[in-house]
Amino acid sequence: MKKFLMASAATALLASAAAADVKVGMITTLSGGGASLGIDTRDGFMLAIEAAGRSDIEVVIEDDQQKPDIAVQLADKMIQSEKVDVLTGIVWSNLAMAVVPAATAQGLFYLSTNAAPAQLAGAGCNANYFAISYQNDNLHEGAGAYVAQAGYKNTFILAPNYPAGHDSLNGFKRFYTGDLAGEVYTQLGQTDYAAEIAQIRASGADSVFFFLPGGMGISFLKQYADSGVDLPLVGPAFSFDQNILQAVGDAAVGVKNSSTWSKDLDNAANAAFVAAYQEKYGRLPSIYAAQGYDTANLLLSAIDKADVNDDAAFGAALKAADFASVRGEFSFAANNHPIQNVYVREVIKEGEIFTNKIVGTALEDHANAYVDECKM
Amino acid sequence: MSTILILEQVLNGLQFGVMLFLMAAGLTLIFGVMGLINLAHGSLYMVGAFAAAAVAGLTGSFVLALIAALAAAALAGAVIEIAVIRRLYNSDHLDQVLATFALILIFSEGTRWVFGSFPLFLDIPAALSGPVTLPGGIQYPLYRLTLIGAGLLVALGLWLLIERTRIGIQIRAGENDREMIAALGVDISKLYTLVFALGAALAGLAGALVGAIQSVQVGMGEPVLILAFVVIVIGGIGSIKGAFVGALLVGLTDTLVGIFLPEVLKLFMDAAPATSAGSSIASMSIYILMSLVLIWRPSGLFGARS
Repeated sequence: MKKFLMASAATALLASAAAADVKVGMITTLSGGGASLGIDTRDGFMLAIEAAGRSDIEVVIEDDQQKPDIAVQLADKMIQSEKVDVLTGIVWSNLAMAVVPAATAQGLFYLSTNAAPAQLAGAGCNANYFAISYQNDNLHEGAGAYVAQAGYKNTFILAPNYPAGHDSLNGFKRFYTGDLAGEVYTQLGQTDYAAEIAQIRASGADSVFFFLPGGMGISFLKQYADSGVDLPLVGPAFSFDQNILQAVGDAAVGVKNSSTWSKDLDNAANAAFVAAYQEKYGRLPSIYAAQGYDTANLLLSAIDKADVNDDAAFGAALKAADFASVRGEFSFAANNHPIQNVYVREVIKEGEIFTNKIVGTALEDHANAYVDECKM
Repeated sequence: MSTILILEQVLNGLQFGVMLFLMAAGLTLIFGVMGLINLAHGSLYMVGAFAAAAVAGLTGSFVLALIAALAAAALAGAVIEIAVIRRLYNSDHLDQVLATFALILIFSEGTRWVFGSFPLFLDIPAALSGPVTLPGGIQYPLYRLTLIGAGLLVALGLWLLIERTRIGIQIRAGENDREMIAALGVDISKLYTLVFALGAALAGLAGALVGAIQSVQVGMGEPVLILAFVVIVIGGIGSIKGAFVGALLVGLTDTLVGIFLPEVLKLFMDAAPATSAGSSIASMSIYILMSLVLIWRPSGLFGARS
């Protein structure tokens, strides 16, 4: 009898713990040139939260304006006065580096919907930090693997001259086996690529790999298409997401890009996600929306299992990754970064809309290069 | 490194330079004539690009798109001159910077409000797309050649306007002594509105022309604005000729150093650090150029004022 009482008391305690309110702070970019990424992240995240229809989760959303100092201020405010339990939403690696280590040091959980710099995957990993998106190098590694598989031997590679650009070219080279026809770092925010395109033309390359996120990629693709250089282009998904493609137009059709997600990925969770997103927002989801959606579903799965105030239990519940990812099979490596497939997509035109379709798999069940450096 | 590549890069530098000139000409006129620092000049560039993208999307005509860009930017320029800028002529530069910075924020969020956060599509007209082969076997995009031609034409037109017309005389006079020309019966406030609208229209034209090969998005004007300021400081504030020479210098320096410095460094360094270091130093090159010019001529190449 005594045993039974204790057990039921424990159950009651557990139930009340599980029913405790969870407060989520989302810091993302909702204004300025990078706003479309943050807006998709938020919309994907909120789609899953609203679909769950729960009253015990509260989400506070703030705009970081893509500025590290503002992101830090918002994080402080959310931690100290809003008393959030979980932070999420940051798009950019430099902002993540400014916020994540401080937040996890204060015992919060940080779930990354996008940015996952090497520093946070290797020596700076933390039991309270989870990247649901990828490790930053993953898509570049996938592109390198694809270029090697496709039989190209002399690739010209270019990326902006900032940490993520260096990570990109290093990631590419990690899986690429051929020679380099050229390696160029452009200026961050550069809008004119005539000079680089002339170098590509003169280099004797048989293919081009480029990592130019956002407006940089739009400019490059338009100028490349107009230059008369017709070497095959390969890039990570960032320059080919649903919102950017419409601004590039025909210039992108046929380009191969590496991605962990695509709207035509064949699984039930993805089909439901794409349909629900289109119905709610009237546009196709991007990879950022997919990652936001997965992050919310992972969070929901962990809230069902454990109390957010119990770090060890909640961390274990997150790490179990017991949710239906829109990317299909999904689990976490030892350093809390995903093990997942990296696919090759091709840009196509569907009616009036430019979009991607999957044409192959570059890397299967791929983790990341930093697992061994992480000591948790 | 072949001669063809070098010539192609020189053309690229020229094209970049003449587009910078369109931005810098308006900026230097406004600074020279009215003594006003206009940070919102980049927003007018953005207004031109968005107006062009919207009209091109509706009508499919690039010519109409250019006209719309000129009209929208000139109109926006005239409106902000009358509503805001006019109150700032007698304030010090800090107030002007503050007010025109506020205009940047208003324009950016206003544009997002109207057009949304996603970049717009604006393409090169079909007649100008694709490369042409120049003498010597250089393959060069026709549209970029057209940009060089259009920029040079505008420069010529501006020169004629300033040097050969009555308005030009008034503008030059206003630069030297605004009280005197007001006393001579020139309607100074109308002249200022006109100059401001003219500068805005040039920025809008640059935005539309460049928008066709770049990304039409909120905030696209600010990086160009910084370069345009460098150009007018090098050229000498208030001087159209200075803006022209300065723009070509900046365009050529930025393009050629960016390409050739990593190659030079590769002669005595490993390839990977050479490209990385070369690119970093190249991004400083125009500022180094500016410092050198300022050491040599503190008021810029063609600057009258000190």
